[in-house]
Amino acid sequence: MPLDPEEVAHVALLARLGLDGEERRRMGADLDRILDHVSALQRADISDVPETAQVGALVNVWREDVPAGSLSQEQALANAPDTDGEYFKVGAIQE
Amino acid sequence: MTAPATVDTGYEVVIGLEVHAQLLTRSKMFCSCSAAYTTAPPNSNTCPVCLGLPGALPVINRQAVEMTVRTALALNCEIPPFTKFDRKNYFYPDLPKGYQISQYDLPLSQDGHLEFDVDGVRTRCGVTRVHLEEDTGTMHHAGDVLQEATSSLVDLNRCGVPLMEIVGEPDLRSADAAREYLVRLRQILVYIGVNDGNLEEGSLRCDANVSLRVRGATELGTKVEVKNMNSFRAVHHAITFEIERQARVLDDGGALVQETRGWVEARGATVSQRSKEMAHDYRYFPEPDLPPLQLGRDLVESIRAAIPELPEARAARFSSQYGLSAYDAAVLTGVRAEADTYEALVDAGVSAKVAANWQMGDVAALANEHHVALADSGLGVGGLAALLALVESGAINGSTAKELLSELYIVGGDPAALVTERGLGQVGDAAQLAAVVAEVIEANPKACADFRGGREAALQSLVGQVMKATRGRADARMVTTLLRERLSG
Ligand SMILES: [Zn+2]
Repeated sequence: MPLDPEEVAHVALLARLGLDGEERRRMGADLDRILDHVSALQRADISDVPETAQVGALVNVWREDVPAGSLSQEQALANAPDTDGEYFKVGAIQE
Repeated sequence: MTAPATVDTGYEVVIGLEVHAQLLTRSKMFCSCSAAYTTAPPNSNTCPVCLGLPGALPVINRQAVEMTVRTALALNCEIPPFTKFDRKNYFYPDLPKGYQISQYDLPLSQDGHLEFDVDGVRTRCGVTRVHLEEDTGTMHHAGDVLQEATSSLVDLNRCGVPLMEIVGEPDLRSADAAREYLVRLRQILVYIGVNDGNLEEGSLRCDANVSLRVRGATELGTKVEVKNMNSFRAVHHAITFEIERQARVLDDGGALVQETRGWVEARGATVSQRSKEMAHDYRYFPEPDLPPLQLGRDLVESIRAAIPELPEARAARFSSQYGLSAYDAAVLTGVRAEADTYEALVDAGVSAKVAANWQMGDVAALANEHHVALADSGLGVGGLAALLALVESGAINGSTAKELLSELYIVGGDPAALVTERGLGQVGDAAQLAAVVAEVIEANPKACADFRGGREAALQSLVGQVMKATRGRADARMVTTLLRERLSG
């Protein structure tokens, strides 16, 4: 079932993608094809497959609670689009 | 502290609290950056993992998992054998990955409860779950006035600090019950050493879901989520305000809107936060970068075995074992270190009642004044025990002990040696005291006449004169007896 234009707009909003009408139409068609392709999974016979919440074989991969070095402030801010020298600077957020 | 009286609105109040508690780990949840975010310069405790840089992979902090299990067990939760992390997707500048690693359908724990008294009535509140996630960074708004700010500043030192979410069932029926639940919960978290309990600074945070329904109704009313309450007082005031606001809307025949409202202390009101109403669509999915956890029963049982006696149980034991009043037992067990100090005093031979009186009285005052607990003071538990043994044996009286306590609290010292050195020993020799009593009677004819005329209070002033003449060292009971004998003779 194809996505309706509102669903495409909603997904675009969630992904913070500003799409114009033409882009939305094209993306919608792409998404339809992707979903269609993946939906092949729903036709697989899984009556003999046990339910699971994990696909890898690993469990309990953890580390001890020991602090190690961090980046310097300068390094942390190096790739930021904007800073004030100490902080990342972003457009005003009003709560 | 005065709280607004709980007004009976005629509706049944339904409250559930969601509490977030930062864990007292040394490093962050999924990376080895230091978790000490308050003291570091901005953005100096970050790494590719907590900055959300491409290709960085998280690794679970084992201590954070164990602390969450400890908390869950203290709150009577079950620990399922299998648990996993999930991504909660949303965009906000304090979370550079674009998602928070949290837990969705298979949390670390579930189905617990907390019991406590509300105005003497035993109350039980279910704990839906305790799960583990990561904290976000902090935002500062440039400029003094928020509305005029043109940019916001982001510090990511806090981003990735281990955070527990404790979701309570909607079992609370009043603002009083909600506050008491939070007081008890905080006490337990601090007791078991997983959180520092600081509501003001936000290492412990509380949101409340509040709704009203007609008494007897089974369906829940429209719920409002209240945020920004950073003290017990604020929690009580905000919920009380919200109950009254909702009751007014319903009384007027209106309908409530499901929304988030922030408590604004200065206005004493909750205010709608419309900007946060953007349809949340978190699109949770299993975190592909973290293998799940299988917590063995051995691990869970070893964590359970290490949980200290919790405050309420300890208070009950203090009452029965040491014969303390319920009030004294509650005060002495409220803080774990204080309760340990009390038991150390009793173990050192101080009688249970004497230890309680001194610890809650003069010692508490000195601890407050100097910001040093007895256990960390120069005098220490041993020194106080030695001092109180001198009172017990009659070597010094109570007022001398108070003076010595105050003098030695910080610097420490041997009370017995000081008593000998300064001649502070109690004057309990009958002949010696009799002479002083005779002098005082001689010098205070009016007080003596008043006492003989039936004024009991006059005796106290005479006792005071004797104490003064002996520099506070007289055995007060003996002085009183001697005075009575002489004056009635
Ligand atoms: Zn980091």
